[in-house]
Amino acid sequence: MTVDLSLLPDGGVGWLDASGAHADIVLSTRIRLARNVEGYAFTGRARDGERLRVLSQVREAVTSIPTMADSVMYRLDELPSTARSLLHERHLVSKELAGLEPPHPLRTGAAVFLADGLGVMVNEEDHLRLQALRSGFALQEAYAAIDKLDRDLGSRVPYSYHGEFGFLTACPTNVGTGLRGSVLIHLPGLVLTKEIAKVLNSLQQMGLTYRGLYGEGSEVVGNFFQISNQTTLGRSEEELLDQLLRVVGHVVEREAEARRVLLRDAGYIIEDKLWRAYGTLRYARSLTFDEAMNYLSGVRLAVGLKLISSLSVYTLNKLLIFSQAAHLAYAEGGGRALTESETNLARARYVRRALQEETGSVG
Amino acid sequence: MVCDVCHERDAAVHLTTIEDNAVHQLHLCEKCAAERGVETPAAAPNHPLGEFLHDVQQQVALTGLTSGESARCPFCNTTMADFRTTGRWGCARCYTNFEAGIRELLRRVQGNHRHVGRVYRPPMGEALERVAAIGELRERLRRAIESEQFELAADLRDKIRVME
Repeated sequence: MTVDLSLLPDGGVGWLDASGAHADIVLSTRIRLARNVEGYAFTGRARDGERLRVLSQVREAVTSIPTMADSVMYRLDELPSTARSLLHERHLVSKELAGLEPPHPLRTGAAVFLADGLGVMVNEEDHLRLQALRSGFALQEAYAAIDKLDRDLGSRVPYSYHGEFGFLTACPTNVGTGLRGSVLIHLPGLVLTKEIAKVLNSLQQMGLTYRGLYGEGSEVVGNFFQISNQTTLGRSEEELLDQLLRVVGHVVEREAEARRVLLRDAGYIIEDKLWRAYGTLRYARSLTFDEAMNYLSGVRLAVGLKLISSLSVYTLNKLLIFSQAAHLAYAEGGGRALTESETNLARARYVRRALQEETGSVG
Repeated sequence: MVCDVCHERDAAVHLTTIEDNAVHQLHLCEKCAAERGVETPAAAPNHPLGEFLHDVQQQVALTGLTSGESARCPFCNTTMADFRTTGRWGCARCYTNFEAGIRELLRRVQGNHRHVGRVYRPPMGEALERVAAIGELRERLRRAIESEQFELAADLRDKIRVME
């Protein structure tokens, strides 16, 4: 069985369209809510039968919600690993739900419902992980969408809730609001001006935390950071988001300032560095994931600084997602997993073609 | 081999120390080892969150609020030891069963233990409340009509329509 992403209105990657605020610095905004269905053991402790009952109860509820009526459901437990990786690379499911994160096995009943910018993961660490994904810096819009979905779903399925502790979750770090707001942000200016350590330190003092491109445990590559709230309890949803909004707003300003300083004080060095990154992407015959991310980071900065005008942020966003291993496996081999060297060759070919199409020149 | 200290329980920890060039062997049971601050393999937390709970439990045990490692959630069978291994609770009931320990754990992990966000009422409660609210509006509508307050009655009828 394979995965047909054409069923999704925008392939599930509407969040890449660079339409949101500060799109050259902020790629996307995601808010997720962790919820559990009352009456069952949490996913990790539940038996297969219980997880399947949770799925069927949620399925009935989701399909009766008007905004989710056209949603598409994928049963992760019935998909091969490249298809699961594909969904994960598009940020539509977590690594744990996709069964790609040892020691967590792929669970019976693991599924996701996807609609325009909204997703409901079933049988993740918690029975339900609701998520809203938006392009650019759009916390309020994302929260409005996820809060509505949460109220719609919570009025059809009883959630586990405690008067003192709030929404109950398997992990104590999610209990309370169950809310994790996270902003995917590109900070090459702060990295190059060596201001980044200071900024990251101050994040932690403000109750926020950062991770790499793929969330918890993932490394920072290509100067992409995910900034999110650390705690979920003791503050309201609005207070948590307000704090994230203010701090990320400040980080965006610092990044913009760092970019101005770079151009002013080291203009030709930066220009040379960024054009070299572009040249490598344009002509390289083999690219590892980390290499591609780092060069894409450079080109993205060049586009932000208006040094390169023939490329759109949207194209760069797409390259970020579509040059990953599972996407290349689908584009090149119909989903057959490629070897590492095949992947690197395919990646360079894909990036070359995409840049050629956009800029029109030969390479 | 019995514990060198209490001479009752089996020794689980074999401690070798060197003092003044002399080698000393001490065989301790888990409890006596813990009292001396010696970490036993069984007591070592495997998950980062487990470390928090491990400390919390020791404090809470002093106040007699927990029945210890063997306490088991009657719904999902999760024990404190399970939580220490995985860092995850087994079900919603665990929060009630291990309440005292969890409250302290949340204070440490989250800096707080009181939810101040959205208040949730499960569907049954909400549905019942809606029915009750509509019932009250109907009663007010009946009285408004009786007292010939037609403007108020029209307003109430609209409200009922929206709620239905």
